[in-house]
Amino acid sequence: MNVQTSAGDFEELDSVVVRFAGDSGDGMQLTGTQFSVVTALEGSDLSTFPDFPAEIRAPVGTTFGVSAFQINFGSVEVSTAGDEPDVLVAMNPAALKVSLSGLRKGGLIIVDEGAFNKRNLDKAGYETNPLEDNSLSDYQVQKLDITKMTLESVKEFGLGNKDAIRSKNMWTLGLILWMFDRPRKPITDWLEQKFAKIPDVAKANIAAVNAGHAYGETAEVSSNLRQYHIGKHEEEPGEYRTVNGNQALAWGLVAGSQLGDIPLMLGSYPITPASTLLHTLAGLKEFNVMTFQAEDEIAAICGAIGASFAGHLGITSSSGPGVALKTEAIGLAISTELPVVILDIQRAGPSTGLPTKTEQSDLYQAVCGRNGDAPVVVLATSNPEDCFNVGIEAVRLATKYMTPVIVLSDGYIGNASEPWKIPDINKLDKFTVNFHTDPEGFHPFKRNPKTLARVWAKPGTPGTLHRIGGIEKSYDSGHISYDPANHQKMTDIRAEKILNIANDIPEQSVSLGNAGGKLAVVGWGSTRGAIHQAVKRARGEGIDVSHVHIGNIWPLPRNLGDLLKSFDKVIVAEMNKGQMNNLLRAQYLLDAYSLTKVSGQPFKISEILDCIRDQAGENK
Amino acid sequence: MNEQVDIKKRTFKDFETDQEVRWCPGCGDYAILKAVQMTLANIGATPENTVFISGIGCSSRFPYYVETYGFHTIHGRAPAVATGVKLANPDLDVWLVTGDGDGLSIGGNHMLHVLRRNVNMQIMLFNNEIYGLTKGQYSPTSKPGTKSPSTPLGSVDLPLNPCSFALGAGARFVARGIDTALKALPQTLARAKDHQGASFVEIYQNCIVFNDKTFEHFTNKKEAANTQIHVEHGKPLVYGKENNLGLRFNVEKFTLEKVVIGEDGVTEEDVLVHDETNKMLAQLLVEMAAPEFPVACGVIYCVPEESYDVAVHNQMEAAKKAKKADFNALIRSGRTWTVE
Repeated sequence: MNVQTSAGDFEELDSVVVRFAGDSGDGMQLTGTQFSVVTALEGSDLSTFPDFPAEIRAPVGTTFGVSAFQINFGSVEVSTAGDEPDVLVAMNPAALKVSLSGLRKGGLIIVDEGAFNKRNLDKAGYETNPLEDNSLSDYQVQKLDITKMTLESVKEFGLGNKDAIRSKNMWTLGLILWMFDRPRKPITDWLEQKFAKIPDVAKANIAAVNAGHAYGETAEVSSNLRQYHIGKHEEEPGEYRTVNGNQALAWGLVAGSQLGDIPLMLGSYPITPASTLLHTLAGLKEFNVMTFQAEDEIAAICGAIGASFAGHLGITSSSGPGVALKTEAIGLAISTELPVVILDIQRAGPSTGLPTKTEQSDLYQAVCGRNGDAPVVVLATSNPEDCFNVGIEAVRLATKYMTPVIVLSDGYIGNASEPWKIPDINKLDKFTVNFHTDPEGFHPFKRNPKTLARVWAKPGTPGTLHRIGGIEKSYDSGHISYDPANHQKMTDIRAEKILNIANDIPEQSVSLGNAGGKLAVVGWGSTRGAIHQAVKRARGEGIDVSHVHIGNIWPLPRNLGDLLKSFDKVIVAEMNKGQMNNLLRAQYLLDAYSLTKVSGQPFKISEILDCIRDQAGENK
Repeated sequence: MNEQVDIKKRTFKDFETDQEVRWCPGCGDYAILKAVQMTLANIGATPENTVFISGIGCSSRFPYYVETYGFHTIHGRAPAVATGVKLANPDLDVWLVTGDGDGLSIGGNHMLHVLRRNVNMQIMLFNNEIYGLTKGQYSPTSKPGTKSPSTPLGSVDLPLNPCSFALGAGARFVARGIDTALKALPQTLARAKDHQGASFVEIYQNCIVFNDKTFEHFTNKKEAANTQIHVEHGKPLVYGKENNLGLRFNVEKFTLEKVVIGEDGVTEEDVLVHDETNKMLAQLLVEMAAPEFPVACGVIYCVPEESYDVAVHNQMEAAKKAKKADFNALIRSGRTWTVE
């Protein structure tokens, strides 16, 4: 929280990080999401981080049942959910316990005092009440009996005790809206719409919002509560909304389908954190998007491949463990040279790992993880906005080159919301998807000499009857071939086709700093925001450091090797044990410093900044 | 180029490809291939609208030999690929070729679901009770005690009955045929094609190399009349060289029993009439095993229900009618704000 000036009753801030933490059933995700929307509508830049347990309803009051939502917003450019919360809202002792270590020293803690009873303290593992034992002396603590005040505010609506207590997240939201000078109307409008069929619940929740707000307004000067003002962030003119990564990725695929005039068929199987892709696309039938909830991950991709064979673009969405199951089918699509888009919303692994926590550890799986020499295109998303563009690019490349395209996103991007300048589809570049219909000299592995893509002739077309499969095919006829020289040729051409795509993607640019110099931080995926901020601050300290963000994972951009060698030193920062670092080392003999993190939490800006200072020799 | 309409009726030869057929000499697959090509000619199939999809195994080489579209996929997954094909283009006539290992072992789950969903296609499961392409290991349909490279002392696990599995999975069409029955099999396959939904046809297929004569006790032509019963809807369940054997329902034991018409006071009236819409009867018929009972062939069960692909397309069409596809409006739905 950087205080700029003091203006009247308000303190003026350029950015602030708020963390809402409570029990899984306390509605913290909803509170956070709604606060984000209001914040966005008020013109702040923002980034969010929903951090929730894998259990739907873990036992009440336990530390592993804590669900949190963090938002960083400001009048300045915001590109991460923030290293350290300035304000922590803790709805019970467990929430306080889990979130305290991340809180900025001197930060404000707002707690629901009413939830700090013996039972909840025991469940959270507190021997003494932290509100009374002086252990929070490094922070400002505001104790409020939110439960009690919520019950009073909704009394007149005659709800049962359980329903009434549910409104305490709205009371809290009301208080936070007051605190940051945000309007209540978008929230009350939303509540009226959401509970249109149960008006008493709508009224009770609105009353709770108003009561929380009123509490702030009448708070005594001696309390730790005061109002802050965060100005508007200067954005390019245009129409904006908030969007999360999975939503933007689904829309990007549909945009690609519209731009290339190719119908989509998504085969999918529910898995965290990818399921919302299936949910979103299942609701877009009017765009000629078909969805198939298959019996398992394998059937999901096989259905997609079948659809591609028949002339749709098959897509499958999953996370690491599911993509592992799809491996053999991806090989089939490589061998038969059929387009298919595989969306891997990464989570912490191996095996089941940490389903709701983020990681970037599927890079090897995407680039290398198949039997045989089996190259595919791999693209990575870096933030919600980028998801939209990557979705379009995946459709374009898959259909143009008749190849599987793996999109690596992750749980952090998938769930995080950011403001997005809404594009106009009529202004995006169209592309043509060609179906082969000419029987003259036809065989199914006839190639476009430029792209090396094979022809796509769909069943139902007279004169182009053919049989394809996973057995090696003759380069000259498409028939089964066990000829050794032919297999060499086909393997070479499959690799060449993919590597050639480097000529059809942008050259690697430097996203911040110079092309060449003392130090570069290389990243990919969702670490983009944290690296960007760290590099920006380091440059502010006078360190010669640049940021290189890689979006095309395979093939890599054609100038990447030269670009990286123009720096004296390179740091590769990623949320795995060094997979991109190894890939770059293998490709370019690059001797980089590998900065890694696999705690299920995104990088903090400070962690990267520390590493930059170290590598630049600035840390004493 | 003007397209010539082929008014000449196609023969089975029109469905042969230029590829050399590479099954072992004497393999039952040759006869099935012929029966399928005959069926395609008989039903007036158009090659460009017909797709053969297979998994992995001896039977799964089938698509290479039929002059239509074809997709030789991966082990066990053909039902899922075929579902995708059918969803993308329900106008295509899809034929699935699989075996006892491909369809019931590695692909058992997909078989279950393609039947349960009732995706409109013909599923031909070539049952030879052995793994042929991997050189003779026992399969999930092998008889207990089958000696094979992986079970040198004989297999000890219990086999499953493919038609019983299909009925249990909710198949709406279950039939059975024999590889060499060149007259009966095309008729059964034509019925399968007529049925709108997933049609499951188990075909007993002799593996001459690894499991020769495993069905000999009921396929031997000399004895076939007494060891097989060809069921037909509405006709009495009568069989035998002299047409004097029949099946009667034993009410007390809730089972079928074999009777001789003219003996012990049994008349034709006592013999059950085949009702292909009766699932209970179907279950009893598919479980009959030789030599105690005749092996039931033909269409055993057929109760049509709207197929999955049709239902999905109906939903798509309804959704398209109800909502205009306006992408710019979609991404502007919900709350937006404008920066001047």
